[in-house]
Amino acid sequence: MMNREPEQYTTGEVLAPPTERYTVLGWLKKNLFSTWYYTLLTLVTIYILYIVLKPTLIWAFTQAQWQVVVVNLRLFMVGQYPADQVFRIWIALHLLALTAGLAWAIWLPRSRRTGAFLLLIPLALAALPFISSFSRINWILFAVFALAGWGLGTWKPQAMRRPLLALLLAYFPILILLILGVQPILKIVKTNLWGGLLLTMLLAVVGIAVSFPLGILLALGRKSELPIVKFFSIIYIEFIRGVPLVTVLFMAELMLPLFLPPQIVIDNVIRAMAGIILFEAAYMAENVRGGLQAIPTGQYEAAWALGLNGFQTTFFIILPQALRNVIPVLVNQFISLFKDTTLVAIVGLLDLLGIASAVLAQPEFLGKQREVYVFIALIYWVFSYAMSYASRRLEVALGVGER
Amino acid sequence: MNETSIPFWRDERVLKWVAQIVFLIATLAFLWYLYHNMITALAQRGLLPSFHFLSLTAGFDIGQHLISYSRNSTYGRAFIVGILNTLEVSAVGIVFATILGIIVGVMRLSTNWLINKIASLYIEIIRNVPLLVLLVFWYTGVFLQMPRLKEAKFLPGPTIISNRGIAMPWGKPTATWHTYLYILLIGLILAAIVWWRLTLIGKRTGRTPLVSAWSTLTFLGMAVLGWLALTLFAHQAPLAPDLPYIKGLRTVGGLELTPEFMALFSGLVFYTAAFIAEVVRAGIQSVSKGQIEAARALGLNGFQTLRLVVFPQALRVIVPPMTSQYLNLTKNSSLAVFIGFPDLYSVAGTIHNQTGRAVEVTTLMMAVYLSFSLVTSVFMNWYNKKIRLVER
Repeated sequence: MMNREPEQYTTGEVLAPPTERYTVLGWLKKNLFSTWYYTLLTLVTIYILYIVLKPTLIWAFTQAQWQVVVVNLRLFMVGQYPADQVFRIWIALHLLALTAGLAWAIWLPRSRRTGAFLLLIPLALAALPFISSFSRINWILFAVFALAGWGLGTWKPQAMRRPLLALLLAYFPILILLILGVQPILKIVKTNLWGGLLLTMLLAVVGIAVSFPLGILLALGRKSELPIVKFFSIIYIEFIRGVPLVTVLFMAELMLPLFLPPQIVIDNVIRAMAGIILFEAAYMAENVRGGLQAIPTGQYEAAWALGLNGFQTTFFIILPQALRNVIPVLVNQFISLFKDTTLVAIVGLLDLLGIASAVLAQPEFLGKQREVYVFIALIYWVFSYAMSYASRRLEVALGVGER
Repeated sequence: MNETSIPFWRDERVLKWVAQIVFLIATLAFLWYLYHNMITALAQRGLLPSFHFLSLTAGFDIGQHLISYSRNSTYGRAFIVGILNTLEVSAVGIVFATILGIIVGVMRLSTNWLINKIASLYIEIIRNVPLLVLLVFWYTGVFLQMPRLKEAKFLPGPTIISNRGIAMPWGKPTATWHTYLYILLIGLILAAIVWWRLTLIGKRTGRTPLVSAWSTLTFLGMAVLGWLALTLFAHQAPLAPDLPYIKGLRTVGGLELTPEFMALFSGLVFYTAAFIAEVVRAGIQSVSKGQIEAARALGLNGFQTLRLVVFPQALRVIVPPMTSQYLNLTKNSSLAVFIGFPDLYSVAGTIHNQTGRAVEVTTLMMAVYLSFSLVTSVFMNWYNKKIRLVER
């Protein structure tokens, strides 16, 4: 992946392309008032904006009672997770900060934007007026851990590569152990106490982590030369893609207990996770298949010519290239999975949306629907937009579609 | 190298089949194990799978039904009511989402800075918020917050807007409505004939007239003429105006749209339109600039360039992703259950609650959604083949 500039062609004297320069009036004329109907269109649009925005802004800043969000902030964030155990979630977050700091120093050492994200956002959150001092200290700690990771990575970038990879791989099991608990050391917190943003995040993370390898297997199955394997893969993928997620969740909630032997009892959250995983795997498979189809036959033939067997060809030659090509598509899939986790509220789980409905059912918060739903929509929006922004940057960095 | 010298346990062809047979047996054994567990569990509860319950009396009400339904109807009929409600909201939703999507998509391509930014803002906001959150917001934050019926808003028409929904003027079929349907059918046949003749003329002369415009005009002409003829000679228009009015605690007459329907409809339309807008934009942008320049160089005017050069090429790119958006909308309509609109999923859920027949209900429900998907993709594949690039 080394792109060395061929030096004999570069000269220091290349003129920059001419940029258009406008005065403010010139810009306005070109972009808003170029012809008479554009002028009309612009004026009508400004009028409509005025009609729509004015009451919205008045509502948001003067009439809306955001107290409902402030009072229930802990519920929205972690649901009924025991208050004396919340520090475990913070430890998980700090570990994430450390990992992200390391990754920033080693992989994107020159990206100021990443640094700004990692340091300014937790500090800004720490500065929020209505959060508890415990959270405030922890957000500052988050920034400190990110900075520590960055420091370590900058200090010994080569030596830190392996620990970083190890952290990334181990993060998922550590996260689950931290949140769920390990018997003598950490108290077990049952999954039915997980809630709010925490549950949403866990559903998304578990969904991604498990459905991704399943999806790869299904995609390989669909591309396989073995007709029986291919047949089953196609049936599974097309069946799942033909039905809505709620029906799969419905099935997972009601039929999964029937399918399992009676001595195995699993709770609601695990059932919903199973439903999400089974559903998303089919979509992952189709995305991965897109990447597989883009690999030229020459790659297979070259691998065979080198004496690699089918397994080695697939896992060392084909998959790395195929997955690299579909990273942006996969990120989009992750975004839609993240949004799809809201559907567990339909089967009665208390994820962010479920908690919102539960809060609104309390008599003292009746009629605060707009405030609550605007707040949770904002949370979903921030995470989804951050992911789609990252995917766009990644697309540029990987040069997808440019080769 | 003699082929028979390879022992069968190293012969790849044999190994492949062995692997597949092992896979098949393992899969079937696993499925049978699940099935066995299920049957055992169901037998213990005395609920062995049977679709007999469909002919039992349902005993629950459904707020909105396109066919006659009461609490004395059967579960089977309740199921059909659910299917029809899903189809209704999907069909209406698809039409309006397409219209709004095309508008936003074209706005997104506008050179007017303000219009362009508004369209991108809309797309970025809507696409990054879960549909279910949008739906509950529409339902509890907008349609249920409308004024009470006593203080209802009146729009011209009259259209009555309150927290009980929206009532709009509509038409009520009269005695001549059946005759009018026949006239419309004749109009349709005439329009088809016009279409056929004009296409033939286009092929012969090489100058294709506005085929769709003329045949639409034929149909509309028949519709208007038929209406006038019936009003003049039979002294009764096929549809009588049906105006809503407030009577006591409810609205009477006209087309009544419940808040649940309106919330589901608006949520689906606004959400899907953001995706359709991106599809439309990508489609139009996929037509290379050279094509438009070439069309202008040949002397086609702006409208002709769009009709004969841009659209046919853009459609090829647009149709496949548009199909999946339509399917998504249909599948997403199942979220209706969260706001209490009685769609297929919601009715199926109620039936399950009453009968406890999880397996049968799930099977039926999934079969219906699957067949929607199949029918749509078969139709869209056919259409896609029709407009495909004919390579010479």
